[in-house]
Amino acid sequence: MLPNGTLIGEMISFAILIWFCVHFIWPHINKAIEERQIKIAEGLNAAERAHAELKDADHKVAAEIKVARQQASEIIDKAQQQANQIIDKARGEAIAEINRLKASAQDDIASMAQRARDQLREQVGALAMQGASKIVQREVDASTHKALLDQLAAEI
Amino acid sequence: MASEPQGGLTEYIQHHLTHLTPHASNGGFWAVHIDSITVSLVLGVLFCLLFWLKARKATAGVPGRGQAFVEIVLEFVDGQVKDVFHGDRRFLGPLALTVFVWVFLMNAMDLLPVDLIPWITEKFGVGHFRAVPTADTSMTFAMSITVFVLIIFYSFKAKGFSGYMSEMFTAPFGKHPLLWLPNFALNLVELLSKPVSLAMRLFGNMYAGELVFMLIAGLFSAGAGLAGWALYGAGIIGYTVWGLFHILIIGIQAFIFMVLTIVYISMAHDHH
Repeated sequence: MLPNGTLIGEMISFAILIWFCVHFIWPHINKAIEERQIKIAEGLNAAERAHAELKDADHKVAAEIKVARQQASEIIDKAQQQANQIIDKARGEAIAEINRLKASAQDDIASMAQRARDQLREQVGALAMQGASKIVQREVDASTHKALLDQLAAEI
Repeated sequence: MASEPQGGLTEYIQHHLTHLTPHASNGGFWAVHIDSITVSLVLGVLFCLLFWLKARKATAGVPGRGQAFVEIVLEFVDGQVKDVFHGDRRFLGPLALTVFVWVFLMNAMDLLPVDLIPWITEKFGVGHFRAVPTADTSMTFAMSITVFVLIIFYSFKAKGFSGYMSEMFTAPFGKHPLLWLPNFALNLVELLSKPVSLAMRLFGNMYAGELVFMLIAGLFSAGAGLAGWALYGAGIIGYTVWGLFHILIIGIQAFIFMVLTIVYISMAHDHH
């Protein structure tokens, strides 16, 4: 049986329907599909980017922590050095002060000893005079024998 | 036969409204509609195959065009289910998807020229062949009765036997024993109307659509000479316009069937 006029007419209408679908319905579906694909691709990309950024940030943070730690240790070293220096300096100053004090004390001691010796010498001279006067039963003129007495005192 | 216009429009339409049945059945219970069964099975297998292939190769990355299409359909259906039903969607979601896509595909057969498939089958010696399974009450009732069975099943599952029975007898009027019978009668009507309305709505729309196509197709062989050609042109225009309008109908009917399926089963879960 050959296709008759009815079938031909229907086929023409069907062709128009197909044309309509191709031009007015399928593009909408196609657009939805493409938009969805783009949206998903963008979402995945964004996620990947965020992931990479996070990794980057992690690296940066780690590096910065390392630097900070290094700086901190440097500061501590420097502080320690400074402290040592201060201590050394203080020690040097203290030793110098001690030496100075010691020297002045020794000077004092020496001068005091000298003075004591001088006094003693004088007293010994006087005592000798008294003793001698008593021995000779008369006053010895101190001034006459001063040279003799001084000589005696210096010999002591 | 479509090729013999002298038989008139009535004979033409009657011919087109006759289902393909086994010769031995003689119109009895076993006069099964081989055409409806074949077309619905082919389309069902097509749907399963398409979605299965795309689901099997589904990727978490950027989807291909086919996968994106399947995803759009799936998301659309799942969104409808989510709006209506707040519970475990592991069964209702796939059910709604199957109903929607299958009914849509079967409805879409209406867009094929009404004489095309019968003309092809005639070559193989099959005289009657109706290509639109949803314009067959057997098909629409088969689906709606399946939904009905699911409604009953989920009513029992959600409320228990006693709970469902007490609801049947005490809602909506009250618990008084005198009201038991009216309650039950009303609930029974409500329950039975669901599969009937579900099946008849789809069948009515598709049957009417097919019939209008046939009536318009009658214009193609309505006259002779110049008037005949004028009618032929009118036939093409009418057939095309009705076809365009029908694109809307096949989608809407598939959508309605799906939404009502979801609503009915979701109602079965609800307590009054």
